[in-house]
Amino acid sequence: MNTSIAAPAPTATPDAIPKTRFDAKPLLLALVVALAAWPLVGSTSTWLTLTIAGLAMGMIVFITASGLTLVFGLMDVLNFGHSVFIALGAYVATSVFGVLTGWTAAASLVSNLVAVFVAMLAAMALGGVLGLGFERVIVRPVYGQHLKQILVTIGGAIIGEELIKVFWGPAQIPLPLPETLRGAISLGDITVDRFRLVAVGVGLVVLAALLYTLNRTKIGLLIRAGVQDREMVESLGYRIRRLFVGVFAAGSALAGLGGCLWGMNQQIVFPQIGGQVNVLLFIVIIIGGLGSTLGCVVGALMIGLMTNYVGFLAPKLTMFSSIGLMVAVLLWRPQGLYPVANR
Amino acid sequence: MNAMLNRLLSHDLPRNRVLALVLLAILLALAFTPFIFPGTKALNVAAKIIVFIVLAASFDLLLGYTGIVSFAHTMFFGIGAYGIAIASTRLGAGWTALAVGTLAALALSTLLSVVIGLFSLRVRAIFFAMITLAVASAFLTLASQLSDFTGGEDGLTFKIPEALQPGTSYLDDPFLGASIDGRFVTYYGLFCAALALVLLLLRIVNSPFGRVLQAIRENDFRAEAIGYRTVVYRTLASVLSALFATLAGVLLALWLRYNGPDTTLSFEIMLDVLLIVVIGGMGTVYGAVIGSVLLVLAQNYLQDLMKLASLQIASAVEGVPLLSQLISPDRWLLWLGILFVLSVYHFPTGVVGRLRAMRARGAKP
Repeated sequence: MNTSIAAPAPTATPDAIPKTRFDAKPLLLALVVALAAWPLVGSTSTWLTLTIAGLAMGMIVFITASGLTLVFGLMDVLNFGHSVFIALGAYVATSVFGVLTGWTAAASLVSNLVAVFVAMLAAMALGGVLGLGFERVIVRPVYGQHLKQILVTIGGAIIGEELIKVFWGPAQIPLPLPETLRGAISLGDITVDRFRLVAVGVGLVVLAALLYTLNRTKIGLLIRAGVQDREMVESLGYRIRRLFVGVFAAGSALAGLGGCLWGMNQQIVFPQIGGQVNVLLFIVIIIGGLGSTLGCVVGALMIGLMTNYVGFLAPKLTMFSSIGLMVAVLLWRPQGLYPVANR
Repeated sequence: MNAMLNRLLSHDLPRNRVLALVLLAILLALAFTPFIFPGTKALNVAAKIIVFIVLAASFDLLLGYTGIVSFAHTMFFGIGAYGIAIASTRLGAGWTALAVGTLAALALSTLLSVVIGLFSLRVRAIFFAMITLAVASAFLTLASQLSDFTGGEDGLTFKIPEALQPGTSYLDDPFLGASIDGRFVTYYGLFCAALALVLLLLRIVNSPFGRVLQAIRENDFRAEAIGYRTVVYRTLASVLSALFATLAGVLLALWLRYNGPDTTLSFEIMLDVLLIVVIGGMGTVYGAVIGSVLLVLAQNYLQDLMKLASLQIASAVEGVPLLSQLISPDRWLLWLGILFVLSVYHFPTGVVGRLRAMRARGAKP
């Protein structure tokens, strides 16, 4: 009966301070999603192409969603007006490229990248400044009232979209990529769109900056503490509202940046572009656990991968795959991949 | 007479003289549109108002009375319209097709709303809002991609029973300026159905069940503590409102004899419904009536009015390009959006609530 008795595990040397254990299961899940698609897709080169495209998309989605999830975690505000900043970023990119035609049309990689960089900076700056205004006018009067928050931020989104139409017109605007970023490069059998490499690069930089700020600086400590328990941070004497305004502006700036990248990825910009992405963002932050940055990364990558695989295998089911993923994750962990305490 | 009216309105009278007069005027105008306002456009606008009254009133049951925000309301609206459209194309024009389509749509709406409700109403309102948004956009994609079944982006044009078709004439000569044809019959069918549905909704929100919903809206924790299963009540409310929305979709499909994704499922319609309910007044049912009339009239006539006005102003502000853009008739939604935000801040009970408050101040203690 008991022929095999497990040997007693060696007792671990006790740490001075018990560290929180890193929960790697969700990360593994993302890996499983990627690997499961391999045999389904068939050819390895196609799979790699799709995976890189999925990671690029996941990065853009993460940049855009990070502000949304932090704002929610910190102040319990779900901003339905986030989509406006995404659209704004994309439109700013069209304007910047319109002004810098000399740099975008030149066949030099450096001047092209500078143009993209300028567009991203402009989108972030405008997004941040307008985010401050949005917080002041739209969000601040309705703290703590969920129903009104949803309604008022939607109202803000309607107004913002109309204002975008006032400034840029209601029609679609093409957003051609700079000369050297068009097309794809092939590495053996794998083809990678050049722009996706840029997107992955920018995404990695933003991710690193965010992780550094959140985990290694005092501001980040306060933000994380505020997400965990707002009242406690307040009672320690920190003005969480001021912190929140900063996070809101940063979130809007990141939405602008994400919108800028998304617009370049789509190569066409229209006023409803933000609303389209918004649905995806909500799915991502629900999957990740509302308020969790790490969850947001993993959720975004999973959605990006899933969308690309399913888009290749069965294009009609793309939207459903995201929702199916969300349902599956919620059945496994009802609070999302990385549940935030207090939610 | 008074007692009967009281019973008919479930003891939920307008409670303000101006409001009562406005509502009566709307009722009479809608009842006699074919006679008072000649022309196809007026009749189409009136029919749209009727459908939107039902749609917005059913959304009010959810938003105003239960205090939950759903973005899947147009999905149920679309299910109703597609039910009629698909059944009429598959089974041929006839009353059976209408019955089958309506029943199938109602069944599908019940199923979907129960599943969404039980899945996501256990947790917080925000969660429900996000989940419904995701499901609704998935449904929109589904409807525009299953082109064999739903007609895809082009939608479905179909025939309704002969008695309701515009070509069917009942009288050779126009009666009091209105031609008595299938269109006329359809309009009054819509009118009576909508009236019955709105009265039924009034009955529901003023029943003990409706009181529980309001208790949940005010404080769900307390309602649960008193012994009401909030999940069950919230789910029931969302199922009921889904069913009413489905019927509104049926009415719209009957009127248009066409349905496509943009007609019933689009997010713009969801925003319209939100604007209607919030500006008209949440938690009043009458607000849906006022709001629908305002919004649909604005959609159809305000643009013409603004065109006239902006022609005058445009000459004055010719040199300022942005200003003329701001007041251009195409940007009417901008001004409604601002009105929407202002009403959420300053008049949470909308037009109806304002009118009622005026009466309360003037009334004897």
